[in-house]
Amino acid sequence: MRNFSYQAVERVDSAVARHTEFATSAFLAGGTTLIDLIKLDVMRPEQVVDVNRLPLKRIDLLDDGRIRIGALVSNTELAHHPLIRARHPLLSAALLSGASTQLRNMATTAGNLMQRTRCAYFRDPTVPECNKREPGSGCAALTGINRLHAVLGTSEHCVATHPSDMCVALAAIEGAVEVEGPAGKREVALLDFHLLPGDTPEREHALEADELITSVVLAPHLDSAGAHYLKLRDRASYEFALASCGVILALDGQRIGQVRIALGGVATKPWRAFEAEASLVGVVPGRESFEQAARLALAHARALEHNAFKLPLARQAIVRALETALDDAQGGMSPPARSDTGAGSPAGDSP
Amino acid sequence: MTVEALNQRTARIDGELKVSGGADYAGDHQLPGMLHGYPVVSPVASGRLERLDFDAAMGAPGVVEIIHGGNFPRLNRSPDSMAEENKVGEVRLPFEDDQIHYHGQYLALVVADSFEHARAAARLVSIEFSCAPAVAGLSSAGEGREVDDEAVTLGEPARALAAAEVRIDAEYRIATEAHAVMETHATLASWQDDRLTVYESTQGVVFHRNALAQVFAMAPEQVEVIAHYIGSGFGSKLFMWPHSVITCAAARLLGRPVRTVLPRQWNFANTGHRPASLQRVRLGADRDGKLQAILHDALNETSPVEAYSDSCASATPSMYACDHVAVTQRIAEVNHGTPTSMRAPGEASGNFALETALDELAVELGVCPVELRRRNFTVRDPASGLPWSSNHLLECFDDAAGRFGWERRDPTPRSMRDGHELIGYGMATQSWSAMRKHCTARASFLADGRLSIATGTQDIGTGTYTIVAQTASQLSGVPLDRVEVKLGDSQLPAGPLSGGSMATASTLPAVAGAVREAIATLQRLSIGEGGRFEDAAPSALEFRDGRLWHGDESASVAELLQTLERGSVDAVVSTAPGDEQKRASFRSFGAVFVEVRWDPGISRLRVARVVSTIDGGRMINPLTAHNQLEGGVVMGLGMALFERLEYERDGRLHNHNFADYIVPVHADMPEIELVTLDYPDLAFNEFGARGVGEIGLTGVGAAVSNAVFHATGKRIRELPIRLEALLEE
Repeated sequence: MRNFSYQAVERVDSAVARHTEFATSAFLAGGTTLIDLIKLDVMRPEQVVDVNRLPLKRIDLLDDGRIRIGALVSNTELAHHPLIRARHPLLSAALLSGASTQLRNMATTAGNLMQRTRCAYFRDPTVPECNKREPGSGCAALTGINRLHAVLGTSEHCVATHPSDMCVALAAIEGAVEVEGPAGKREVALLDFHLLPGDTPEREHALEADELITSVVLAPHLDSAGAHYLKLRDRASYEFALASCGVILALDGQRIGQVRIALGGVATKPWRAFEAEASLVGVVPGRESFEQAARLALAHARALEHNAFKLPLARQAIVRALETALDDAQGGMSPPARSDTGAGSPAGDSP
Repeated sequence: MTVEALNQRTARIDGELKVSGGADYAGDHQLPGMLHGYPVVSPVASGRLERLDFDAAMGAPGVVEIIHGGNFPRLNRSPDSMAEENKVGEVRLPFEDDQIHYHGQYLALVVADSFEHARAAARLVSIEFSCAPAVAGLSSAGEGREVDDEAVTLGEPARALAAAEVRIDAEYRIATEAHAVMETHATLASWQDDRLTVYESTQGVVFHRNALAQVFAMAPEQVEVIAHYIGSGFGSKLFMWPHSVITCAAARLLGRPVRTVLPRQWNFANTGHRPASLQRVRLGADRDGKLQAILHDALNETSPVEAYSDSCASATPSMYACDHVAVTQRIAEVNHGTPTSMRAPGEASGNFALETALDELAVELGVCPVELRRRNFTVRDPASGLPWSSNHLLECFDDAAGRFGWERRDPTPRSMRDGHELIGYGMATQSWSAMRKHCTARASFLADGRLSIATGTQDIGTGTYTIVAQTASQLSGVPLDRVEVKLGDSQLPAGPLSGGSMATASTLPAVAGAVREAIATLQRLSIGEGGRFEDAAPSALEFRDGRLWHGDESASVAELLQTLERGSVDAVVSTAPGDEQKRASFRSFGAVFVEVRWDPGISRLRVARVVSTIDGGRMINPLTAHNQLEGGVVMGLGMALFERLEYERDGRLHNHNFADYIVPVHADMPEIELVTLDYPDLAFNEFGARGVGEIGLTGVGAAVSNAVFHATGKRIRELPIRLEALLEE
């Protein structure tokens, strides 16, 4: 760890002002990503601005049915909040499938949005090649051990997966990120917040310099929709997804009225499978249409040496998540938006 | 005797200290003026160190010195002898030459006034090196060389194999595994004139003391190694690793105590691992499943600086009734850190190959896998020709199969289903050899009436403190909470390594001998001049309930010592195995049954149930024994499904951290039912204990892979089994 200056602030405007004082500043919330990466010497901020005292810890239902979540609401609190459990059970399930209880107690909503990739090459500064860490240095994952890397949204400069479960649910739910910076307040659509790596993998999100996330606003929930979050991974808990799928599905009579399909563990950003969704709208749901949707979702996927299995695995996740969400929408088999996280015993992380 | 301390589910006597933070681990210790070491390591796996540039690092805040090849003292290699008890993990001395043999090899140690300063400065050291082609893994290491003294041939195996009606011939692979200890390795070294005191996380204070004495050319008495508590070792802390030598040398050079807490990453590279292995097993049998021939050829990786053999096939000749057996062991150099013993070393790997091959034979013959093993049960050890001292394997099969519900198994693969999931049942035989070493213990009756036991073994978290106290309490009648146990210090009477499941069988006889001797001494003194029962006949005295009785009269230990005007009465006793190994073979056996569930729709494999019945001799403390066996099962599940050190094409370690090297977590845990048969092996030692540290792990890998075959119809011969090996589309 290198020495850095530390400032704890009480107000949003002073947080932003402080942040501008150094060329490399970092906001500190739960610290579950930042502190790790500082200790690993991957992030080397000259200054850390501690925002934990800012008044950004509320969850409010707005008049138009949207829900505003303060940037500092912890993952645990968010997952268990009655409003979220009732209206956005997908978000609750996704959150509880991630990390561990201790990490969720520390991690915040904004911090989860800003979570950085788990690519082992990014996290090891003794590996010279990483375009995310050192623009122009190359990508060790392309020819290295890339079993955990992305198959969707990749570029020749970066194939790192976005690690978040929460953001997969947010991609399905939609909404906006509210930010404040030197130029004032603005809103970024959730679906536009995370960026594809392209030829600038060091740019991961739409924040401008010194901007601070103040809240996330969820779009109104779909009426009488079923939902399911399915996370497939190497072990049953405390592990990132090999492939995950969040589905929200609302029926219109016997047919699918609306459907959202979001993917995690396989893409460079929280991924929406729009083509797959379009193929299902107005269709009488069934195994065949679900499999067709799954094929469409992975149609543009590109496998690397060790991660070709992620294509069929993601297709399986999509089909099963659709089936379970359909059951849920029909008020059938599954309890509402049960989190299917692979835990084989009640000793798992899920409450 | 009114105290019944043995065979009791006694909670750890050190438990409160551990959960309250009161237990002192090596890295907890601080000394006045102490400095902190942080290693600089090789970023590549093979090549030559050209130059180290310390300019920036030496100018960094808090840096006191950088230890490296240029200022490192001339030291001696340890003779590396098991018999002389100075075996080391890696015999090459730190910075001995400029060859780079593996990723993570120490190149320097930055010493600073704080851990954070040392770490920050270590990153400022600029390393110039030239790369050489690396042998990145076992698959590119060639055939290696044979370890001559490990080949065993019984009968005429090649001929018997050729003549057999049914043959199995298959290859099995196991990935490199890390010990993944929770407490990182740590050394705190401090010199006072010509004496060296070292706090070390070690499974062998005596071995470590002897090795340091050899390296620094000192008498063993000049070196003290202390390890009061150890936060798991699994073999990685049996023998000394270079960080300890570097830290001791740094402390001497600087004239101040130096503490190095090894960074998590380098616990994966520089303190051993279970070597990757490739094994070929050939079985010949008749149509009834009677084994005619077993040929087991093993190859394991070693490092360029140490010839480590994992002896994978060492147990194979002892497992089944078969007159024609051949086993061989080869080792091949790869540019990885040096391997070492890891829990159930060799046998865990060999068992996977042999017990999977037996399952393949059972399928080939259409015979129940349990029945196949029963038909090949052997009443004597074919390796030695001697009868078993105590072997209840057949009862293990019956007991575990009954509890598991094996009779519900439909042998056809993919035939058992529950909703989305296919169910698979699999089993394997478990085994571990019984070993015993010499041990010396001291028992002291103290003036306050307590009984103090001291021996230079250590408690690696398994419950040694507790069973030593139980034994002393049982033999003396002194209540458990009045027994003090001192372990983990090389100044104490020499005790054994905590490894190989031998600590219990080695330590308890010496403890018992010392307690008896102390009681006898107390009696003798008490009937002597000035004693409480002066001139009483020895036969009229009885020591009972912690008191000395003469007829209706009795006196407590405190009273006896007060009368004698003594601070303590002490006895030191040494014990060692006798010639029992010439009359019988000693080995623990068990049977493990596993239920897996495979959901082919989402490629999810999980282990739902494990039942294991163990014949491990007498359980001194069933609570801590079952805890060890359960831990063995958990580690076996890690071996079966999760654990795999990965190396890059150029031999660099890829996943040397707890995020990327995955071990099982609670949510992966199946129901685990453990049964111990508790037949005392009294020919082995007076307590009949054989030790249970390793056996729980053996068999689990094979039982899982056999269950996977039953669930999926796919025979996976490589561990860990990852989902892509099973994925169906």
